[in-house]
Amino acid sequence: MTGIAIDGVSMVFTIPGGGEVHALNNVSLDIKEGEIVSVLGPSGCGKTTLLNIVAGFLSPTSGEVQLNNHIVKGPGSERGMVFQQGALFEWLTVSENVAFGPNMAGKPKDQTRQKVEHLLQIVGLGDFGEKPVYQLSGGMQQRVALARCLANDPDVILMDEPLGALDALTREKMQGLVLKLWEETGKTIILITHSVEEALFLGEKLIVMAPRPGRIEKIYDLPFARQGRTKSPRDIKASAEFVEKREEILSMIWEMEEEIMGQATP
Amino acid sequence: MADKKQPSDIAIWLGIADNAFTRQKTVKFGDASAVNSGRIYSFIVVFGLGALWVLASIMGFVEPFYWPTIGGTIDRVYLLVTEGFRNVPLWEHVGISVFRVISGVIFGALVGVPLGFAMGLSSTARGLFDPIVEFMRPIPPLALIPLIILWFGIDETAKIFLLFLASLFIMTIAARSGVSSVGISKVHAAYSLGASKLQILRHVILPNALPEIFTGLRTSMGVCWGTVVAAELVAADKGVGSMIMIAKNFLQTDTVVIGIIIIGVIGYIIEIFMRYLENWLIPWKGKG
Repeated sequence: MTGIAIDGVSMVFTIPGGGEVHALNNVSLDIKEGEIVSVLGPSGCGKTTLLNIVAGFLSPTSGEVQLNNHIVKGPGSERGMVFQQGALFEWLTVSENVAFGPNMAGKPKDQTRQKVEHLLQIVGLGDFGEKPVYQLSGGMQQRVALARCLANDPDVILMDEPLGALDALTREKMQGLVLKLWEETGKTIILITHSVEEALFLGEKLIVMAPRPGRIEKIYDLPFARQGRTKSPRDIKASAEFVEKREEILSMIWEMEEEIMGQATP
Repeated sequence: MADKKQPSDIAIWLGIADNAFTRQKTVKFGDASAVNSGRIYSFIVVFGLGALWVLASIMGFVEPFYWPTIGGTIDRVYLLVTEGFRNVPLWEHVGISVFRVISGVIFGALVGVPLGFAMGLSSTARGLFDPIVEFMRPIPPLALIPLIILWFGIDETAKIFLLFLASLFIMTIAARSGVSSVGISKVHAAYSLGASKLQILRHVILPNALPEIFTGLRTSMGVCWGTVVAAELVAADKGVGSMIMIAKNFLQTDTVVIGIIIIGVIGYIIEIFMRYLENWLIPWKGKG
């Protein structure tokens, strides 16, 4: 099958000085090509670990991940990554950052330049190409990170809390941008987030994970990401259906947090 | 409410009145950015010392053997510039010292940076060189002078080799810490963008380490400048250090004082030049 197949993945970290942490326990999940999937859960549920395994930065203790029927063994350019922050190359300009992937692959310069200009237009940074990245605001830097990822034309885009460091207003705008890019490019996207609202709004499929050991608690199929084409984000987020789901998931995560606190205090 | 009286621009420049920034602050003791420059006191000290020198020269307070008169010093500067010291022009004494420092730092960087990179990136290299680097690090370069004289004699090679050693370990440690300071998400991002190991070394690790390499260069320049003067005091017939030492033997206190002033001024110029170069070459420093 095309798409991502996560099959029985477990991850056990050994703590220096003794002890083990079961970050992931037998996680299985199929993600179809072109799907946008959000992953949500309290701290310590292993969501970032799962993303790092799919990206190929970590090798699972057992189980495997397949992308288009090839087992993932390490990082690769078919799986692009957008980090929370600090992953841009501050010694390069905005354009040079976006052109990094094509330049490493030795693509023709003319072609790359056109592509970079086009992508910067799309993410709304058309006039910022020659700026050093450290002069940009946090929201703009994340736009550069998205453009840099897209410039490499990956099959899958992995996002590790990409909007987590942004203020509320910028975050809403960026959610709209992520949705727009997903619609226009048809890429498969996995997005890790702490925000219930963001997970609901951006996920066609929403995976709720639970901690100790890290596992999938519940999977929702959601209509909101597709509604984004016709309705405004505020209308979607204010709809009765959205609010109901939000409260349901929030109380589920609250319960998990309570449980962790209960375990922590003897 | 009465308006606060505005201090004059001159008072602000002299650092005795609060400027627009420090004026707003109520907490000053403990906030270093709220401390005014106090520039006027610097002027008082510099001019005071100068005046004291002039006064002492006119009144003959101090034997010229202990401290030269200002007139005699100026005459000696003229002599040193026109006739030189022991038939070697002053600029040549200064030039040879600067040349030794720059050679030492360049050779130190050429060997130290790749060594530091290897130690930051490979466990074999780290294991091999760690004992040597950690052992050599606390040894002051001057302690090596006797050994180096035994090995190389007192020619030019000896001095440059000493300075090479002085800068080598500073550069190695700077490069190694530059490598380990690279944010892992930058490396991960580069791998996900399809970069090879060699490309990551060239396009991520190297630029990321440049600020620390440059700090290492600055430290090396400072340490080598101090070391060259000391090395010339021990064994050399040219260079600012040797000029001072030989002048002492002829009881030329004025030449000694001139040499000391030159050492201070050149050290200061080197520091300013390196800072300027750093701002120009590595504008992204501290902004990652």
